[in-house]
Amino acid sequence: MKLLSREALLSFRRAPLLSVLSVTTIAFSLFTIGLFGLVAVNLREALRGIEERVEIVAYIFRGTPAETIAIATQDIAAFPEVSDVSFVSEEEALRRARAELIEFRDAYRDLQVNPLPASIEVRMKEGHRDAGTVGRVAQRLRNFGFIDDVRFGREWVQKLDHLRNLTGLVGIVIGLAFAAVAVVIIGVTIRLTILQRAREISIMRLVGATNWFIRGPFLLEGALKGLLGGLLSLVLCYAGYILFRDNSGGTLSGLIFFGPEQMVLIIVFGVLLGLGGSLVSVGRHLRHV
Amino acid sequence: MIRFSSVYKGYPNGAMALKDVTFHVSKGEFVFLTGHSGAGKSTIMKLLFAEQRPSGGEVRVSGYNVSTLKADDVPRLRRRLGVVFQDFRLLEDRTAEENVAFALEVTGARTDTIAARVMRVLTQVGLSAKSRAYPREMSGGEQQRVAIARALVNDPAILLADEPTGNLDERATRGVFQLLRDINNGGTVVVMATHDLDLVRQTVYRTIEMRDGSLVYDSDVDEAAAEAR
Repeated sequence: MKLLSREALLSFRRAPLLSVLSVTTIAFSLFTIGLFGLVAVNLREALRGIEERVEIVAYIFRGTPAETIAIATQDIAAFPEVSDVSFVSEEEALRRARAELIEFRDAYRDLQVNPLPASIEVRMKEGHRDAGTVGRVAQRLRNFGFIDDVRFGREWVQKLDHLRNLTGLVGIVIGLAFAAVAVVIIGVTIRLTILQRAREISIMRLVGATNWFIRGPFLLEGALKGLLGGLLSLVLCYAGYILFRDNSGGTLSGLIFFGPEQMVLIIVFGVLLGLGGSLVSVGRHLRHV
Repeated sequence: MIRFSSVYKGYPNGAMALKDVTFHVSKGEFVFLTGHSGAGKSTIMKLLFAEQRPSGGEVRVSGYNVSTLKADDVPRLRRRLGVVFQDFRLLEDRTAEENVAFALEVTGARTDTIAARVMRVLTQVGLSAKSRAYPREMSGGEQQRVAIARALVNDPAILLADEPTGNLDERATRGVFQLLRDINNGGTVVVMATHDLDLVRQTVYRTIEMRDGSLVYDSDVDEAAAEAR
């Protein structure tokens, strides 16, 4: 084991430039994935806040009897997807409008007749807040005879959903491109080391070293570079995160960073990249030594 | 210890390196393998340490069947052999003792035993005083002794020497040859490929002669036949 790590570390001294190059490529590939990942994580966080408020508003025809509404409300509350139903009377609607829409306060104050309809507000249970389920429940609400119109923030919920998926996808695609480059560069580094040490390896073979013993240092070298690359990428991501947060003038102060599991995941991915690159190279070139 | 049974070795380009070669070597023997360059000596050596596999027939070495040997068993076979070459094959950036210790390290020997074992074989080959010298600081004969020490350090049952004196002057040749005889006297089988016929004639050791891939003379077999006549 001591010999193994000594041999692996030796390669950093033998080819420092190439080693640095492999570590940085891994770091950049993970940095790219990480940055987009951060955006995705924050979008998800933002969406979660919004999703909690996802509600369907069903406007009620003027003059619908209160008992009808009360019975319907109970029916709707019994939907498996629905967590909570509340009735907003016409007066309540007007009061809210006055409080929230300050720009139109004067207009509302001078009204002789309340133009706002009563409504039922339906909140969804967690796990049922996606656009599809919300749409289905909205459709069922429309079937009630006294419902005039149903509104829900379908479009922007969908848009945010798309945005989040797109961000994740773009990050993965660009990151994978970098990752491929990293694997190639690590492969080349390992290949050079193998050629450089062909004599040593052939002697190792001659005196009865097992294949895994010969491969060991190369694989460890790759894994080590992956580990360093992963750590470096986290540092870069954190720097980027701090930069964004502190230069946003406070609007992004709620920005979050990766949790511990996600950080470990990034580092593990780096180690796998390094290991993959060296495995490919060792498999292809060691046989010919 | 070694058994070649109707061994053939062909190469993809159609050349036949060995044709129907049969011989066997018993415990404690010293065998010369002679013949011109390209006669098949080196091919026999490579088959013996499983660098190559036979195309036909059977090669058995120290209980292993080289024809059917699994890749994982090749290192195990080699640990029971010592191999020495004309060009020494030492690592230039390591001292004599490091070169010898290397053979133990890569086979996973216990670290605390390595130094003593290395010193023992270096003493055996007469180089205990030069253990800290690098290959470039040593003569050809000394370098070959280091290579022999490395071959011996795993206590092999068989020592294979492929033209071990090919790069050495006469005096060094005598010294290395004497060392190989001493090793054989200790009970190790020695197979030495050489085209130095003077060396062969000096001794009464068994001689196998190759020509164009065929075994044309085996002193053991032919003398027994002559006696029978």
